[in-house]
Amino acid sequence: MSEAPENPLSPPPLSNSTAGILAFAAGAMLILPALDAGGVIDHFTLNLWGKYFCYALLALSVDLLWGWTGLLSLGQALFFALGGYMHGMYLMRMIGTQGQYHKPIPDFLVFLGWTDLPAFWKPFDQFTFAMAMVFFLPGILAFLFGWLAFRSRIKGVYFSILTQALTYAGALIFFRNNTLMGGNNGFTDFKEELGFALREPSTQRGLFVATAAALVGVVIFLRWLSGTKFGLVQRAIRDGENRTLFSGYATPAFKLFIFVIAGMIAAIGGALYVPQVGIINPSDMTPDKSLEAIVWVAVGGRGTLVGPILGAVAVNMLKSYATRAMPDLWLILLGGLFLLVVLFLPGGLVSLPEKIRGLWKKSIPATLPA
Amino acid sequence: MAHPLLTVEDISKTYDGFKAITKLNFYLFEGELRTVIGPNGAGKSTFFDLLTGRTRPDEGKIEFGTEANNSHDLTRLNEVEINRLGIARKFQTPSVYTEHSVRENLVLSLKGPRGVFSSLFQRLSSTENDRIDELLKLIRLEAKGSWKAGLLAHGEKQWLEIGMLLAAEPRVLLVDEPAAGMTDEETYRTGELLLSLAGKHSLIVVEHDMSFVRQIARDGRVTVLHQGTLLCEGKFDEVQADPRVREVYLGRGKHGTR
Repeated sequence: MSEAPENPLSPPPLSNSTAGILAFAAGAMLILPALDAGGVIDHFTLNLWGKYFCYALLALSVDLLWGWTGLLSLGQALFFALGGYMHGMYLMRMIGTQGQYHKPIPDFLVFLGWTDLPAFWKPFDQFTFAMAMVFFLPGILAFLFGWLAFRSRIKGVYFSILTQALTYAGALIFFRNNTLMGGNNGFTDFKEELGFALREPSTQRGLFVATAAALVGVVIFLRWLSGTKFGLVQRAIRDGENRTLFSGYATPAFKLFIFVIAGMIAAIGGALYVPQVGIINPSDMTPDKSLEAIVWVAVGGRGTLVGPILGAVAVNMLKSYATRAMPDLWLILLGGLFLLVVLFLPGGLVSLPEKIRGLWKKSIPATLPA
Repeated sequence: MAHPLLTVEDISKTYDGFKAITKLNFYLFEGELRTVIGPNGAGKSTFFDLLTGRTRPDEGKIEFGTEANNSHDLTRLNEVEINRLGIARKFQTPSVYTEHSVRENLVLSLKGPRGVFSSLFQRLSSTENDRIDELLKLIRLEAKGSWKAGLLAHGEKQWLEIGMLLAAEPRVLLVDEPAAGMTDEETYRTGELLLSLAGKHSLIVVEHDMSFVRQIARDGRVTVLHQGTLLCEGKFDEVQADPRVREVYLGRGKHGTR
């Protein structure tokens, strides 16, 4: 028997785990930069955690679709990368004349024979325009794709395959030099952001704080959303789309809304990722990047708020360690981890305490006299 | 005679050459409880699919409304639009939201706005909360409001789904085999519930269980479908006495003539 609140449309009490993850992210936001400034941890560690938190945003985007709405999208890396590219365009403009060719346009354009900036690059001198595009471009792409897919009632594995094709098509387009987005090298060698030098530890601390704050903000937003009637409909679609449809809910509209929101959340992660990692290229939007994010969510526990964050951080910590200690074995390890979770821990890491409690309880009657 | 609420004339539906429904005529009047029987493959489920917009007929008309010149052509509308007109459907296998609480199942079904943006800011009023309490009592689940619907027994799920239909205050209820998987006592109570709804709502009930049909068809008419066409229509006793019905359906002994 499960306990549900008496009035389903008033927000449920904050669960311990959600409160925990909020406290963790908010705590990290304050403590890690302080430790970094005080020299207790090195800049590399702080930078690594910034990257983990960006991945956590991507994982939340995957889970919002897969765990909460039953839509397995294999294309979320595309939205992540597009967010990164939009911010990257601004960062490329901020290099100014400090590039290899000392020209006022990005090096790769000089290399391609351009002397003036292409028209669509021009507004990206403005930080606010670039930030608006971080939301707008992935949002409009998600809207158009979702509108076509959901209107045609594309579901299940067909939806997954189409989203995979979408991200692959995106990668192919960005690999072309003529797309004028840096080709297969993408964007790199960034110098500054809003006048702050990116190589300065204080700038990186600022970026880390922004990332942790974004994560806290997205978690709060998603928790609010899950408590609304929209959240109820979303999970109803996952568990019985037919019933929802025959109850008068136009499920394509609900799925479209959530697909756009998820695309934007992934884009926020990508936009924050680029200045901290210092590079964005089309390999970030290939299908295997999306699949990695699926593994994080499965390992952490889907259909929860904590699971995707836990999964993204845990798997990437393991990756940071394993790619150094045993680089050849990393992919086998990742695949094995996925198999183990699917077979023995379908609820993911978040269900581990419950599982252990269950085993503990089972063992007690055997050891105690009745 | 009054104009029917639901007018179905000359509809046909073919799936890959299989004639599921052929030239069927059907009229449902306001407040009526109509029972539809027929052997497997008689076209009962296809009939409901056509009424609810899941599929469209190859030919024929389906109109909804008691005024001849102000009725809705259901063959042009989809599931969502038809549901919003007030035609609610209960599926053969109980379809409830298994991960939601019983109460939440009813909240999702309450009459009211169904849009994306309204769902973001909608709050339950106290009248709506009272309405849910009332429904929980009616479907005998008042003690299990906070249960996950997936944990309910089969018969309880059937009731919950009926409660979900009622929450939307529909004009027509299409009920597909409500007694399936129920004990005799539950079946009887379900029959009483459906009978109490007639008058205020109009109902079409598809059923196999003959004692149940006898119970709910005591005042109303029974329609017998056979191979996608109307075999006969009338009072339960007339239908039962019809030799054609005995031959295609009752006489086969599967359900007996008890």
